[in-house]
Amino acid sequence: MSADRHPEYSGAQGEDLLDLAPCGYVVMDGAGWILTANREFLRMVGLGPGDVAGQRSFASLLPVGARIFLETHLWPMLEHDEVVREIALDLLRADGSKLPVLFNAVVVSGRDGSPASIRAVFMETTERHRYERDLLAVTTAAEAARVEAIRLSQILQQTFVPPPPPVIANLRVAATYRPAGDGTVVGGDFYDFFQLDTGNWMIALGDVSGKGVEAAAVTSFVRYTVRALSIEHPDPAQILTLLNRALLDHDTDRYCTLALANLRRGPYGWDIRLSLAGHPPALIRRPGGEVTEFGVFGTAIGLRNDPLFHTVRRSLGSDTVTLYTDGVTDARHDGEFFGEQRLLDLVGSLQHDPTSITDGIASTVLDYQRGNASDDIAVATFQATD
Amino acid sequence: MTLAERLNTRVQGHADSQAIVFVHGFGCGQEIWRHVAPSFEADHRVVLMDLPGSGGADPSTYDPARHASLVGYRDDLIALLDELDLSSTLLVGHSVSAMIVALVQIERPDLVDKLVLAAPSPRYLDDAPYVGGFSETDIDDLLALMSRNHLGWQDPLAAMVAGPDSPSIKGELIELFCRTRPEIAAQFAAVTFRGDNRADLVEVTAPTLVLQCRADVVAPLTAGRYVADSIPDSEFRIIETRGHCPQLSAPAEMTAAIRDFLAHPTYPSPLASR
Repeated sequence: MSADRHPEYSGAQGEDLLDLAPCGYVVMDGAGWILTANREFLRMVGLGPGDVAGQRSFASLLPVGARIFLETHLWPMLEHDEVVREIALDLLRADGSKLPVLFNAVVVSGRDGSPASIRAVFMETTERHRYERDLLAVTTAAEAARVEAIRLSQILQQTFVPPPPPVIANLRVAATYRPAGDGTVVGGDFYDFFQLDTGNWMIALGDVSGKGVEAAAVTSFVRYTVRALSIEHPDPAQILTLLNRALLDHDTDRYCTLALANLRRGPYGWDIRLSLAGHPPALIRRPGGEVTEFGVFGTAIGLRNDPLFHTVRRSLGSDTVTLYTDGVTDARHDGEFFGEQRLLDLVGSLQHDPTSITDGIASTVLDYQRGNASDDIAVATFQATD
Repeated sequence: MTLAERLNTRVQGHADSQAIVFVHGFGCGQEIWRHVAPSFEADHRVVLMDLPGSGGADPSTYDPARHASLVGYRDDLIALLDELDLSSTLLVGHSVSAMIVALVQIERPDLVDKLVLAAPSPRYLDDAPYVGGFSETDIDDLLALMSRNHLGWQDPLAAMVAGPDSPSIKGELIELFCRTRPEIAAQFAAVTFRGDNRADLVEVTAPTLVLQCRADVVAPLTAGRYVADSIPDSEFRIIETRGHCPQLSAPAEMTAAIRDFLAHPTYPSPLASR
């Protein structure tokens, strides 16, 4: 629209155009002295018409900290690029308060050899700045909450991480637990060694489905239920049957796999009674390096009302027995599983003692996944010392 | 990559002559010297570089732990001079780099023949009776302001994504001026403005020219005088200009001051044998 068709606007030209503009408008010399400022700018800084033009430098209308930014960034950028845009600043008002603004400026070359000047506009951003601060506060709070959640998860994880196995007379034991990924997610793998009587121990090693706090809570439930049941019931298969009932009655959709071994020491050494619930069989390693599987596959705990469990028994002799969770065999590299055969070969190649076998499995599987474990790993190995 | 490449180092001018090394300060990279450095190319070897984390320096050069003090920058500069096989240089440091080049001279006098300290301040915070010009609150305000102004620091990332052959790269590189990654800029600001190098100055043994701007809100005249008074063999010269960057606001005067200083005969400093 041209002004001549709207005569009422014909006055909005030149000085008036700038003086009544709805943004702060300032002309400075090349050194930042204010030559002229419009009404909106005077309102922003809370000064009268005679107080600014020719009286003040731009720097003097900024908080002290911002003057550093002006000198070290804005003036050099203006000198280099002859323009700066969308700079967030605070103007220092006459009453000492601050007014947030967005600042654009251009360098205008002088005509006929007169010196260059700087033209600057200021848009008040009080509302937007409040919004940005709220947004920043919310983002900061969210970040703090995330950090706190990770911290709590790690504390919880530490609570559920199985402690080192106890010292057992006449039995050498080694166990390890490695959480998946960076260890920030609570996992569901566990093991437990506990004594029932002299020369009578239970060893449980299992894996509750899923990860996180709920899986860890179910892990805890399973461990302590097994402990309670073991006092009254000597047969691992029977304990698993009762545990299955208890977990079905428990308010969770989680299920669990478990290898449960009862070790008793008699006049001829240790006997092992083992029952499996949806869990890989134990690995028996003979002193010569031959490795065989031991155990009869049973139903996973918490899935069915009519589970089947079998207890198998053998004399420990001088063999080692290794229990492990499927984080070992399901470890993947380029889509290929670590698998049972690799594990059998590995155990056969290791030294014939629980620590070498347990640590050898854990480190080999972690290396196989290039240190980035996709699932928890729990391994426990034991061997008679007489 | 050599350190020189990683610090975006440019060596120009007269290869067999004394080297002048220009070191930019907090805020902008080597481009800030563009009105001063070229005039020395006729009779000097002119070295320009970007400090780690600044300008066109490779991001890998910046290490938050090492650059938590000016000593990290000092060691980088020493390593660069050694790599370029330079000695007896004229080291010109602006703003915070005035302190960095002074630290280089103290640590390795063999690398430095003379020092030029442009707009130096050995301490920005007030510490009565010393006047630095700023309070802790002012520095907090500066850091808060910088966090509100990221100044398009993501541009270099965009350039990297576009690839080095992209026609937009040249434009992007020009846009880099005074753009630093916000977390690096914040740490550099904190290291700069919370530092205190007053005690170091008496250790400087090279002849030193202190150039202070007449009206500089960042490094006031008193700060420049303090520096000149503390360095045994020093000359104090005021540049009649406003602001903190005489190489932009008064390049001719600054060039002339450095030329005058270079023309002085160099007397062995009474402390040089220490």
